[in-house]
Amino acid sequence: MMSSLRRAETNGGPASSADTPDMIQIRAARKVFSVSGAGATAALDSIDLSIRDNEFFSLLGPSGCGKTTLLRLLAGLESLTSGEIFIKGRNVAGLPPQNRPVNTVFQSYALFPHMTVAQNVAFGLEMLGVPKAEIAARVEQCLDMVRLNGLADRATPHLSGGQQQRVALARALAPRPEVLLLDEPLSALDLKLRKEMQGELKRLQRETGITFILVTHDQEEALAMSDRIAVMRNGRVLQLGTPEDVYDNPSCCFVADFIGETNLIPGSVLGRSNDLTITVRPENVRLIEANAASGRLFGTVESVKFLGLDTLYEVAVAQKVTVRARVRDTRRRFSSGASVIIDWPAEAERELRQ
Amino acid sequence: MTDGGESRLSSRRTVLLIAPAVLLIGTFMLVPMLIALAYSFMTADPYGGVTLPFTLDAYTQIFYQRDFDGTPVYSNDYLFIILRSVWLAVATTLICLALGLPLAWYIVCQSKARQVVLLFLVTLPFWINTLIRTYCWVLILRSEGLSNHLLLHLGIIADPLPFLYNDGAILLGLVYTFLPFMVLPIYANMERIEPLSIEAAFDLYAGRIAVFRRIVWPLTRPGVIVGVMLVFAPALGSFLAPDLLGGGKKLLIGSLIQMQFTSSRNWPFGAALSIIITIAVLLPLVFWPRLVGKGGHKP
Repeated sequence: MMSSLRRAETNGGPASSADTPDMIQIRAARKVFSVSGAGATAALDSIDLSIRDNEFFSLLGPSGCGKTTLLRLLAGLESLTSGEIFIKGRNVAGLPPQNRPVNTVFQSYALFPHMTVAQNVAFGLEMLGVPKAEIAARVEQCLDMVRLNGLADRATPHLSGGQQQRVALARALAPRPEVLLLDEPLSALDLKLRKEMQGELKRLQRETGITFILVTHDQEEALAMSDRIAVMRNGRVLQLGTPEDVYDNPSCCFVADFIGETNLIPGSVLGRSNDLTITVRPENVRLIEANAASGRLFGTVESVKFLGLDTLYEVAVAQKVTVRARVRDTRRRFSSGASVIIDWPAEAERELRQ
Repeated sequence: MTDGGESRLSSRRTVLLIAPAVLLIGTFMLVPMLIALAYSFMTADPYGGVTLPFTLDAYTQIFYQRDFDGTPVYSNDYLFIILRSVWLAVATTLICLALGLPLAWYIVCQSKARQVVLLFLVTLPFWINTLIRTYCWVLILRSEGLSNHLLLHLGIIADPLPFLYNDGAILLGLVYTFLPFMVLPIYANMERIEPLSIEAAFDLYAGRIAVFRRIVWPLTRPGVIVGVMLVFAPALGSFLAPDLLGGGKKLLIGSLIQMQFTSSRNWPFGAALSIIITIAVLLPLVFWPRLVGKGGHKP
């Protein structure tokens, strides 16, 4: 039953090979919101992105980085100041949202309050002129897919946040768009539900074969679900890559710090060039007793946090520089105030220019 | 609601809270209505007021007028006055709706600061007495008035146009007076529509017309119902605009009723006419929301 919802032309499986055709191409995109009087700054600047067919793509960044603006540009709810966007090879400049093969799951869901769950899901299909009998079947199928079959005739304002989220998903998936845009879809849900929906979204993407573009500020969410991530800041894409790539080889201090936890150590502390910053993940840092022969840095343990599986040490190594170490070996505990030597394998560190 | 004492307390509080309003409406609306109903079945006193006996004369008078020798003759004069009044009230309501819907939408689409200013402008006429405002229209519309002066001066017309003392002038005055009553409730409903649900509808392949028909209209309809009632009811009974702008040449029911209590001194007839237009207003009030309400639940 699920497979019938799959778009006809997709061959299934996640896209990873380079020869998969691009679903979306963004070229030199720039968006400036005109603010009367004050000097307007670009919300988006020189964005070049290619998003592949069948891909789960994430736009990750702090609030105000332009990720939602980019999503709205793809949906047609904003228009570019300059640059081009192609969806399936077609330049969509001037194309209104209702003429784009793209559907959106809005952050606040934006369900139609005067319609039932089923009417909400049917809306897009009705607008496309799908025959009535087929609409009924597809609505049922979509509600099935998001596990809401029992709630078809409920009024939407009375649903819980998680249920509204599922209605929004079903409503956006029902017309079988080429691309599904998700604007922070999980941010309004509590932690447990969020984790559950992460898996659910991933499953839906695989089952439908639709290209998903997810906007999020939650790096864990992006890492867990995406095929590729674009890390954004101040209207620009800082790094583009697979979750592993972005995590292991951050291109700059911001990305290293934003994705996961990391230590950013000034080069001067390690006797290297001043304009270098060395990044090393806490889980790769080892602590050795102070009388040992080799190591990279001397330090004093400032605090010890027992986290269950790991123990997190904060070690002062120089003025205003602390290094965090996440150590699994609980038998060799250092107490606060102890002198230690810090070491890490050479392949665990990255040198970043500032 | 499981605790009986608590629910009793809350119900007592409810009674206390609504008591002043009930008392006020009861005393100053229901009682006069009942008096009017009673008067409508009584006999006119030649010096004003009413006397016994109880009779249906006031109601038969609508269709039968007494000849010089006292024999009743069928006449549809009053029926035409009623029908013309209803027609003018309906036209006023429709024009107010046609103007009010886009105006309310325009206001909703502005920034919050501008909305406050525009709403203030909409309510601005309330600050000036209706009589004075209606007289202003006389000054604008009459042969030597502002509009004719302007048109003559610009050379568009050679002779003054008869803007005043016709149905058009009455309609203009009624629409002008009651437009805010249409705009405000519609605005109140439109203002609560989440802009995102309109974007969502566009995103789901709806065109402009479909967005209006499927999203904006259903969510605005309660305000439209209120607006239609707030305009239709007073427009039907209005006598200021018909008298001043219509010149009182052709009577409308509002003026007719007013005359019965003043110059004509036929209180029962005035009361009977009042009862009839009250029913004319109440009937749609009772049935219309039910009709459109049903339509709203269709998928």
